[in-house]
Amino acid sequence: MKFVKTVSSIAKTGLIVALSATILNLTGIAKAGEDVTPYYPLKKPKYSEWSFSGPFGKWDIGQLQRGLKIYTQSCAACHSLDLVPFRSLYELGYSEEQVKAFAAEYEVTDGPNAEGEMFERPATPADRFPNPYANSVEAALANNGAVPPDFSLLAKARAPKRGFPNFVFDVFTLYAENGPDYIYSLLTGYSEAPQGKELSEGTYYNPYFAGGSAPAMAPPLSDDLIDYDDGTPQTVDQYAKDISAFLMWTAEPVLVERKQLGFKVMLFLIIFAVLLYFTKRQVFASLKD
Amino acid sequence: MSGGHSKYVPVNGVMKWLDARLPLPRLVYDSFVAYPVPRNLNNWYTFGAILSMFLILQLVTGIVLAMHYVASTAEAFNSVESIMRDVNYGWLLRRLHANGASFFFFAVYIHIFRGMYYGSYKAPREVLWILGVFIFIVMMATAFMGYVLPWGQMSFWAATVITGLFTAIPLIGEPLQTWLLGGFSVGDPTLNRFFSLHYLLPFMLVGLVILHVWALHVVGQSNPTGVEVKDMKKETVPFTPYATIKDLFAVVLFFTLFAYFVFYLPDYLGHPDNYIKANPFVTPAKIVPEWYFLPFYAMLRAVDFDIIIPFTSIVLINAKLGGVIAMFGSLVVLLFLPWLDYGKTRSGNYRPMFRQFFWIFVIVTILLGYIGALPAEGINVLIAQILTAAYFAHFLIVLPLLSKYEKTKPVPLSIADAILESTARAKTGGTP
Ligand code: HEC
Ligand code: HEM
Repeated sequence: MKFVKTVSSIAKTGLIVALSATILNLTGIAKAGEDVTPYYPLKKPKYSEWSFSGPFGKWDIGQLQRGLKIYTQSCAACHSLDLVPFRSLYELGYSEEQVKAFAAEYEVTDGPNAEGEMFERPATPADRFPNPYANSVEAALANNGAVPPDFSLLAKARAPKRGFPNFVFDVFTLYAENGPDYIYSLLTGYSEAPQGKELSEGTYYNPYFAGGSAPAMAPPLSDDLIDYDDGTPQTVDQYAKDISAFLMWTAEPVLVERKQLGFKVMLFLIIFAVLLYFTKRQVFASLKD
Repeated sequence: MSGGHSKYVPVNGVMKWLDARLPLPRLVYDSFVAYPVPRNLNNWYTFGAILSMFLILQLVTGIVLAMHYVASTAEAFNSVESIMRDVNYGWLLRRLHANGASFFFFAVYIHIFRGMYYGSYKAPREVLWILGVFIFIVMMATAFMGYVLPWGQMSFWAATVITGLFTAIPLIGEPLQTWLLGGFSVGDPTLNRFFSLHYLLPFMLVGLVILHVWALHVVGQSNPTGVEVKDMKKETVPFTPYATIKDLFAVVLFFTLFAYFVFYLPDYLGHPDNYIKANPFVTPAKIVPEWYFLPFYAMLRAVDFDIIIPFTSIVLINAKLGGVIAMFGSLVVLLFLPWLDYGKTRSGNYRPMFRQFFWIFVIVTILLGYIGALPAEGINVLIAQILTAAYFAHFLIVLPLLSKYEKTKPVPLSIADAILESTARAKTGGTP
């Protein structure tokens, strides 16, 4: 018995050591040394207010329309939007004529025709946004070797690690806007490189970038770059918010529908559970004598 | 607890006719209506029912997904996205299936820990336990291959890393890996066979689950006291309505939690990189498996040293093979649990020392999962090594020693006694 006790106390000590080491490690205290590989992004994304956050979140249609405008007038020069067909713009409150006219401004390749040749024609709502580059090699050549990522899923494909204990709280606060927060922070986060920091040719210092310390994208936004016709301020900050919201929509067009259905399902399950609870009590009451 | 005579009485002529030719209604009646269960089961015993529901959910959502999914490296990613965007309620199907896998594992972990705490693996339930371990292993294989199907960055790189483990096997490793992949790297042939197997394995799971439940119904359910049923009349209740309503309630509660994630946090348990199409030329900054594999991944990476023959420099087992052995060993050791922990007393309730070690083991497993998610560098490696040692020590050292030396508390004479005692305690307001 004594032997077992000793083993037990050794095991417990070991556990406590491992536990505290893990905690130290998580909180980064043990990482004071400089030799550890730097963890990108250097700065965590800033928190923003989003109309679509929380269980009852809704799209701000005006904001999405402004985002579309920024995309088409600025980002579309480099970034593709492969998975989004023009027809989905109906969801942004546009009429059939508007979507048709919008699509017709783009040329897409079709064919082959009866002569066996490919031809260009105006896009229809069934088509997708055409790609600015013929292929990724061309895209990389035009952008200092970096391929501008496709925008269709970007807001879900960028979600810097939340770390302990944030990821625990997120379950209760329903924080799921990591992606748009990241894009917003990146677009508003360009700054002077710190003293002594060498940047390679064609990169721009941005501590919010997840792929290093300086993306190969020049700051794409500047004040008054795009004309808004609804009186919204034409600032980098506002632009960044609008395009980030738009990218959340392209990444998860069903977001609002999902949350609305979720509410009904949760309500049903909870009421059902309560009814079952009382039924169960009733059934088991017959056992107690 | 079966073996008793069937009390099934067909309710009408059709059932009577069928029963005389194929006693299926009788089987169902005996297994899920009249089947006697101990009356002192607590809610930890509802996870079997929860798991059955999740198996059905995965099958149903999976079969519909497969109608729209295209297993080719060029199309897979886009076909999944078209399920998300264009198929009616496709987004729901996929969210249910992807998060369903996570909750399936969550439930199976609780189910396994329940079994460990109450000594459910001890005689005469060894076969029942071993079938359970097989189910767990097949589930892991299924989930691993399923995760490759959407063909995101993590899909591709997880497949590359895990199939790369086969190269650790001496001599035949490399050719074996090539044969498994259908090529020199993960590609179209790999994706196609993974899809085929991902479709097949769940049905093998169904088979294993049937055996598991059969074995359960032969030996009967254990219960928190660990004492076998002695008096059928006093100590058991019929499955329906008692277990049915209790299980249903638990299933609905668990599904509420599940729905919370599906509808409000659908990407919480996933990895953002899997929203990037697989690219063999770009390695992600960090390759991490799904959360439910993390403890095993941690053990895989914990072995970063070669094992050499003492006093020589001959490498007996290189680090890679050592890691693979540790990872698979951590599963294989579960198969031997009934013989490693051979003490007579079943339930942790009457084993004070065992109980402490049990909770240490639970914490060790959780910490292993934690370390598995961190980069394998610096102090992390050492922590992982300590925890891996603790994991194996629990099975190979602690449990055999406890079986031999532990002074257990007296177990109640019967379930009926235990129930009487606890109601008496509750009435006098004493602490349990
Ligand atoms: C001149 C071409 C160009 C334009 C215009 C452009 N980008 Fe980029 N963008 C790039 C390149 C190149 C990269 C890749 C950077 C890298 O990986 O270093 C990139 C990357 C990004 C990223 C991803 C960063 C990451 O985490 O990988 C985001 C977000 C982004 N751009 C947003 C925008 C937005 C919003 C606009 C429009 C307002 C825009 N970009 C306009 C070239 C461009
Ligand atoms: C034991 C039960 C099962 C488990 C644990 C499981 C697990 C998984 C996992 C983890 C994924 C990846 C999810 C994602 O990230 O998108 C997946 C995808 C998939 N599974 Fe299953 N699965 C099971 C049963 C089935 C069955 C029975 C089928 C149909 C025959 C099926 C068909 C599919 C298909 C087509 C995909 C790709 C689509 C997608 O990624 O959503 N699964 N599975």
